[in-house]
Amino acid sequence: MNLMDSSHSNPMSLCSQADSQRTLYPYVTGTSVIGVKYKDGILMAADMGGSYGSTLRYKSVERMKPIGKHSLLGASGEISDFQEILHYLDELILYDNMWDDGNSLGPKEVHSYLTRVMYNRRNKFNPLWNSLVLGGVKNGQKYLGTVSMIGVHFEDNHVATGFGNHLARPILRDEWHEDLSFEDGVKLLEKCMRVLLYRDRSAVNKLQIAKITEEGVTISQPYSLKTFWGFSAFQNPTVGAEGSW
Amino acid sequence: MQRKVALKITTTLCTKNGCLDAGTIERVQSLAFLIPQAFVANTQRSLHWFLRLRSSSIFQVCVMSKAVVDVPPKGGFSFDLCRRNEMLSKKGVQTPPFRKTGTTIVGLVFQDGVILGADTRATEGPIVCDKNCEKIHYMAPNIYCCGAGTAADTEAVTDMVSSQLQLHRYHTGRESRVVTALTLLKSHLFSYQGYVQAALVLGGVDCTGPHLHTIYPHGSTDTLPFATMGSGSLAAMAVFESKYHEGLTREEGINLVSEAICSGIFNDLGSGSNVDVCVITKGHKEYLRNHQLPNPRTYVSAKGYSFPKPIEVLLTKVTPLKEKVEVIEGGDAMEE
Repeated sequence: MNLMDSSHSNPMSLCSQADSQRTLYPYVTGTSVIGVKYKDGILMAADMGGSYGSTLRYKSVERMKPIGKHSLLGASGEISDFQEILHYLDELILYDNMWDDGNSLGPKEVHSYLTRVMYNRRNKFNPLWNSLVLGGVKNGQKYLGTVSMIGVHFEDNHVATGFGNHLARPILRDEWHEDLSFEDGVKLLEKCMRVLLYRDRSAVNKLQIAKITEEGVTISQPYSLKTFWGFSAFQNPTVGAEGSW
Repeated sequence: MQRKVALKITTTLCTKNGCLDAGTIERVQSLAFLIPQAFVANTQRSLHWFLRLRSSSIFQVCVMSKAVVDVPPKGGFSFDLCRRNEMLSKKGVQTPPFRKTGTTIVGLVFQDGVILGADTRATEGPIVCDKNCEKIHYMAPNIYCCGAGTAADTEAVTDMVSSQLQLHRYHTGRESRVVTALTLLKSHLFSYQGYVQAALVLGGVDCTGPHLHTIYPHGSTDTLPFATMGSGSLAAMAVFESKYHEGLTREEGINLVSEAICSGIFNDLGSGSNVDVCVITKGHKEYLRNHQLPNPRTYVSAKGYSFPKPIEVLLTKVTPLKEKVEVIEGGDAMEE
């Protein structure tokens, strides 16, 4: 913190010297979010866990929220920074509505706004510690994009944050195709979330699936996935060599 | 006996100037009683240390007795050169990059036995140094082992345990068991405390049934129905977790293993090239080297390479070189 103070040699009006703080590490974090494009729009899945370091502190954190009429935002990373982003977007949508000109901000515009916010915060060494997934439909055009905490942004047919990049994207690359039906899309997302549940230590078995179409946003009620632990090697791993492990 | 030896040493001690005055002699003789203690450790270095601690003037120690022996190191790594390496790296000397197998290796248990799979890329930092290396190593006729991590370590460790298993087979007259290989590997890796960077997937079928184990560089092991290791392990594990079930047939098993390795090849930068598969069943094994080649050369000229029109041969003349050069028989043989 002292470093940053000394580098601001001519204080600008907005910079308070004594108390400048910046995000050094995240505290309450959410794990991965996965999003896919399907026939009618975008499907997104995220679990409801908020971890405080290595303990699972909060088990009912909604990490996906609708933005305006046309977008859906999912976030992983620091939960307080996600709430701050929602605050900014609230203001953005409010000002947009106040124009009252029949236009509304679509997902592409919101994505662009978020990219600028994240990148500028990173340049000030005070990042919003999130990886965001933004999806939406406007005028029949589907849009799915992602922004990371340092401002890396791109759009794709399927995106994931955090551990989802390593575990879910290989599955999605193999099995995603154009014009998935709603059921197939949900099955695909559940497949990915199940692998994440097995192999990500900060995952929790309580997830929500959200869909956004031209009509609007629907976020499902929280539910759990079925898991299977009955492999015979798990029951008796030391067959043939009793006493070893 | 000890005292005799001690006294023998005392007489060869002399001060820097080379003369012994009365006071020095007394001091030296009192030391002589304490010297045998130094012999407990039995090295020249400890004798030096002992004398330095006890005496104020510098004695020139010339140890003539044969009781001092240099003890060979007891095993494990000797870290004597670490300080020098640190000093060199501070001065900018780069250590050469290790040849690693940034890798995807997998194994699964199917209804008749075990199937192992591996990619074939070996990397040296950012460079692919071997496009088609073999990562599935032979341990015994019924046991194979895939290796990830530092290539030299995986090769050496699997070779070593393979020969130990062979000797054991000669000794017992029986087929090797997978748990034998497992125990030999894990105790070796543990004694090196993780410095031998070999992460292994060991699979085989013996008289007690099919077995699949993973071994981590520090020496811990797991017994699993399906396993993946290496940098591409998450991509391969995603495929396994979503598609594995018990009682797979041979074709299903091979397909699933190939899919998992391909997932590693295409989604992980440290893995690439081709897919090797090894199927082990009771009494029979099949090593399918390059079972799949999903990375063929993309741009090949359709015409092939055509040489330009050959030059016409106008004249052929053969001159045996012996006529031009004098061959001296019985001269000096060329030094090797």
